[in-house]
Amino acid sequence: MKRKIYRITTGAIVYIIAILIKTDIEWLHFLLYLIALLTVGGDVILNAIKNIFKGKVFDENFLMSIATIGAFFVGDYPEGVAVMLFYQIGELFQSYAVNKSRKSIASLMDIRPDYANVKKADELVRMDPDEVQIGDIIVIKAGEKVPLDGKVIEGSSMLDTSALTGESVPRGAETGDEILSGCININGLLTVEVTKEYGESTVSKILDLVENASNKKSNSEQFITKFARYYTPIVVIVAVLLAIIPPLFIKDASFSDWIYRALSFLVVSCPCALVISIPLSFFGGIGGASRKGILVKGSNYLEALAKAEIIVFDKTGTLTKGVFNVQEIHPIELTGEELLEIAAYTESYSNHPISISLQQAYGKEIDNTRITEVEEISGHGVVAAIDGKKAAAGNAKLMKKLGIPYYEGELIGTAVHVAVDGKYAGYILISDEVKPDSLQAIKTLKRSHIKKTVMLTGDNRAVAEKTANILGIDKVYSELLPGDKVDKLEELFQEKTENGKLVFVGDGMNDAPVLARADIGIAMGGLGSDAAIEAADIVIMTDEPSKIVTAIKISKKTLRIAQENMVFAIGVKILVLLLSAIGIATMWAAVFADVGVTIIAIINSFRALNVKNTQ
Amino acid sequence: MKKTFRLEGLDCANCAAKIEAAVGKIEGVKEATVNFMTTKMIIEAEDEKMPEIIAEAEKIVKKIEPDTVMKKA
Repeated sequence: MKRKIYRITTGAIVYIIAILIKTDIEWLHFLLYLIALLTVGGDVILNAIKNIFKGKVFDENFLMSIATIGAFFVGDYPEGVAVMLFYQIGELFQSYAVNKSRKSIASLMDIRPDYANVKKADELVRMDPDEVQIGDIIVIKAGEKVPLDGKVIEGSSMLDTSALTGESVPRGAETGDEILSGCININGLLTVEVTKEYGESTVSKILDLVENASNKKSNSEQFITKFARYYTPIVVIVAVLLAIIPPLFIKDASFSDWIYRALSFLVVSCPCALVISIPLSFFGGIGGASRKGILVKGSNYLEALAKAEIIVFDKTGTLTKGVFNVQEIHPIELTGEELLEIAAYTESYSNHPISISLQQAYGKEIDNTRITEVEEISGHGVVAAIDGKKAAAGNAKLMKKLGIPYYEGELIGTAVHVAVDGKYAGYILISDEVKPDSLQAIKTLKRSHIKKTVMLTGDNRAVAEKTANILGIDKVYSELLPGDKVDKLEELFQEKTENGKLVFVGDGMNDAPVLARADIGIAMGGLGSDAAIEAADIVIMTDEPSKIVTAIKISKKTLRIAQENMVFAIGVKILVLLLSAIGIATMWAAVFADVGVTIIAIINSFRALNVKNTQ
Repeated sequence: MKKTFRLEGLDCANCAAKIEAAVGKIEGVKEATVNFMTTKMIIEAEDEKMPEIIAEAEKIVKKIEPDTVMKKA
């Protein structure tokens, strides 16, 4: 690389000297320019000759050599050298830019651990993570990457998961917790038992997925490759015709003039700008998305996402947290606080999810001495004495059993009815909670031209409709069995336009068939869930629905950049071809249309890497 | 079976596309992909023909991009 720069600089100096020297001696001029040309582009001409013997015509080297030699032939020495000079400088820039973008993408994915500290007898041995086996004990110091998935057996610490999830809030890890490779240990010292080999570890799965994502090529990439296959031969043929035919048929047309125009054609005929810019944009988009904790399994999915029209959500675990929480408290005579206290105390011996959510809502320590005579009636609830008063908490069946009249209206969620001293005291409504960013996510999706949002759930109608109302979802299908979900999806397929895409978002646990059937299957909360990573086309590592909005934005931006590059590159090339054909554009313009456009396209595709936060 | 190779010195995107097309046409190859960005080539082919396919692919790479070296990844 350095040697090439020296050579080009030397050649450029000789070139400038050749321009500055005013002499009438034609051969001296020629000689100086020839020396400049050979210094700058000797390797190109040599490669061209070598390639011809290998049966490979029409490559860049050949086209550039013909163009410069041709320029010398028609007496345009300065331009001949200039074409070669700029071509070489352009090539240097191009390989610099490609390397730079490869590196910046690689650094995005810099989650690969370099070593693991394995405990052997009494000492720590640094090993390649690849060589560590299941059951080995490893030690992770503060500031180090977690090299393999494992279980903490000693110590506690905070883990930075941002490389995996894009989430900046650290997670705690304590003895007994499972931890994932790719996280960074922030402060404590952790001793961990390895539970997965490196190849099966989270970090290596994610790296594999992102690196291989650009293997699945997008439509625009396929189009441009096909375009390039025809573009070069056609331009070369037109160039040959241009050199021969007009001088034969047009009066006063000189061969040298038309050959010059044809040579410009040859310079423009290289398709590199087109072919390079599209995959680069997509790779940037995929890299940028992975930095936000969104794994896209292929350029084709990233491209398709921009055309999303109908988005179908699973309810539990996707739009809602999938955990039960106290939603409403309806006391009679007592205060809400008192009702909750009685319910929490009565149910305090049970470890049912409902009881746990009551304890959480109550939020104070339970004083066990206040509770006596606890009796759990399976499938009904609990009867106990609190401060000597007889209390009952449970479902409607319990109230019926005890012969206590209770509120019988339709309730959305699970109701815990409470009675004190045989008198109805009110009820507490417990239900799954909507995720904090679900509402904003749906709103933003609608603003970004998603035609329809749909929710599928196995939950009962009242709960489903209430959730849909809160979130502003267009259509709800409730009380579905897992098999019904695919049928509903089929129905929804009828509603989209031919080019529109149907997206399904689920938690990846039991909706694999639906994820597979949708045009694009998005799984949420993928961190640590192999099933989700397996089944989906796009995996959102955190469980935030707002990341769907981010993903669509990245998709649209990437696609726009790819299209800009495509239109710009093809447009400039065709324009320069036309101008050259009528003799307005010089060979300088042609060189710009080749390397200049390539560099601009590469720089433009860098933008795909930068992803702004959506909030 | 699938084999992955690194194409060291792969500088030209159009050549990557050409290599992909040419390797894909070798007899016995189910699928060949060349990823310009990661400079990786993945060949999926029948097990018993793999050695010949690899040799043939090396020739193709040399012919299309003389400066590129195909290495096992």
